[in-house]
Amino acid sequence: MTLHRLARLASLSILVLTLLAGGLAQAADLPTEATSPEGLPWWGWAVALFVVSFGLGIVAVLGGVGGGVLFVPIVGGFFPFHLDFVRGAGLLVALAGALAAGPGLLSSGMASLRLAAPLALLASISAIAGAMIGLALPTNVVQLALGTTILGIVVLMFFAKKSEYPEVGKADNLSAALKMNGVFNDAYSGKSVDWKVHRTPQGLAMFVVIGMMAGMFGLGAGWANVPVLNLLMGAPLKVSVATSKFMLSIVDTAAAWVYLNQGAVLAIIAVPSIIGIMLGSLIGVRLLKRANASLVRKVVIVMLLLAGSRALLKGLGI
Amino acid sequence: MDMTLPQTAAITLTETVSAPKPPAVSEEQIVYAKLLDIGMKAGMALLVVTFAIYVLGLATPVVPLEDLPKYWSMPVGQYLAATGLGTGWSWLGLIGRGDFMNFIGIAFLSGVTILCYFRILPIPFRNREFLFSAILLLETVVLILGASGILSAGH
Repeated sequence: MTLHRLARLASLSILVLTLLAGGLAQAADLPTEATSPEGLPWWGWAVALFVVSFGLGIVAVLGGVGGGVLFVPIVGGFFPFHLDFVRGAGLLVALAGALAAGPGLLSSGMASLRLAAPLALLASISAIAGAMIGLALPTNVVQLALGTTILGIVVLMFFAKKSEYPEVGKADNLSAALKMNGVFNDAYSGKSVDWKVHRTPQGLAMFVVIGMMAGMFGLGAGWANVPVLNLLMGAPLKVSVATSKFMLSIVDTAAAWVYLNQGAVLAIIAVPSIIGIMLGSLIGVRLLKRANASLVRKVVIVMLLLAGSRALLKGLGI
Repeated sequence: MDMTLPQTAAITLTETVSAPKPPAVSEEQIVYAKLLDIGMKAGMALLVVTFAIYVLGLATPVVPLEDLPKYWSMPVGQYLAATGLGTGWSWLGLIGRGDFMNFIGIAFLSGVTILCYFRILPIPFRNREFLFSAILLLETVVLILGASGILSAGH
C-alpha cells in the first residue's frame, strides 16, 4: 500500500469517527452553546482530541514509537488544555498501551520480568520524584524542559543505532545474581537465542534518569528504554523493545498515581485520548506490514521536531 | 574401521543461537501475564462504560461539562481552588458523580500492576529466590506509596 493510500484510509477513518461522534453529541442533545475561548464547545474539543489521538495511535505504531512521546508535545502544543492535565493524560495513554501489550509480550517470552523488575524498581522511584517535581515547577520551566527533551529525542531517533543481537562477553555479577537472562525464540528467524546482559550498574543509573523524565513530562519512555537495554546492557533488540514496553506499565503506574492524586487527571481529556490512541494502534498494527516504515519514521521525526520547537517557544514565552 | 567423526573445535559464542526451543517463561511471568490480561480488559471496559455514562449525562458531574473549557486551561492548583475539589483519594466520595465515576476505570488501570506484583510475590519466595523476592516486595511498596496519596506536590 502506498503512503498516499494509507493517508487516504486514515483520513477516511478519522472523518467517519468525527461524524459519528458529532452525531452522538447532537443525538444526546449535548449543550453546544458554551464554547471555550478557542471557539469550540467542550464536546468539539473532546472529539478533536479523540481524532488526533486516533491518528497518533496509527502513526506511533508505524513510526515505532510509544504514544505518549507524540501525545504530550502535540496535544500540549496545539490544544487549549493546561500542560498539567496533558501530562496526566499522556502517562495514562502510555500506561494503557503498555498494559494492553503486556500480557502478550510476557506470555510469549519476548518481554522478561527478570530483566524488567530491578530496572523498573529504580525507574518507578525516580518517576514518582519526577512527577512531583514536574507538578511543582512553574509551567514555563516544564515547557522549556519538555521542548529540549523532545528535540533531544529527535536527535536520538535520527542517530541512534540498533543491534539485533549485541555481543555480551560475560554477564556482570549483579545481572548474574538477579538472573537477568533468558531464552528468546525469534519467530521471524526461527532461532532460539540464549541472552544475558552486562553493565547492569550503568543501566540502573540510566533508568533513574529515564524514570525521572517519564514522570516529569508524562512521556512514557520507550525512546530511552530501548537504547539502554539494547546498546548499553546488550539485550537482543526484540527483547529490549518488548521489555521496554512492559516496563512502562510499571513505571507509568507509579507516576500516574501522583498525577491522579494531585487532581491532574481530567476524564474529558484522559479517556478520549486513551480510547483514541488504542483504537488507532489497532489500525496501525494492521497497516504495519504494508506501510513504508522508513518514511513514516521520518514523518514522526518531523512531527516531534515541530512539537518540540513549539513547546520550547511556549516555554520561552514566544 | 573407525566410523567416528573427527571432533570439531568447540565454538564459544557470547549468545547461543540455535533451533527453536520451547518458550522458557517462568511461572511468575505466566501468572503475571494472565492476571494483567484480565485486569487490563476489566479496566478498559470500566473506562468505556463510565465515560459513556458521563458524556451522555446519565450521572450529574461535579463540574458541568459545558463549564469545562473554563477550567482545563488552568494549572492544576488553580483548577482545584476554583472548583473546590480536593486531592488524594477524596474523589472516592464523589464516585457517584459523572466525572469522578471515570476514576473507577482509571484507578483500576493504574492499580492492576500492583495487584499483579502482589499475586506473584509468593512464587520466587517459595523457590527461595530471596533477592528477586525483595525486589518485587520493594516495588510493591513503592507503587502502594505512590498510590496512597501521601506524596504530594503542586505549583
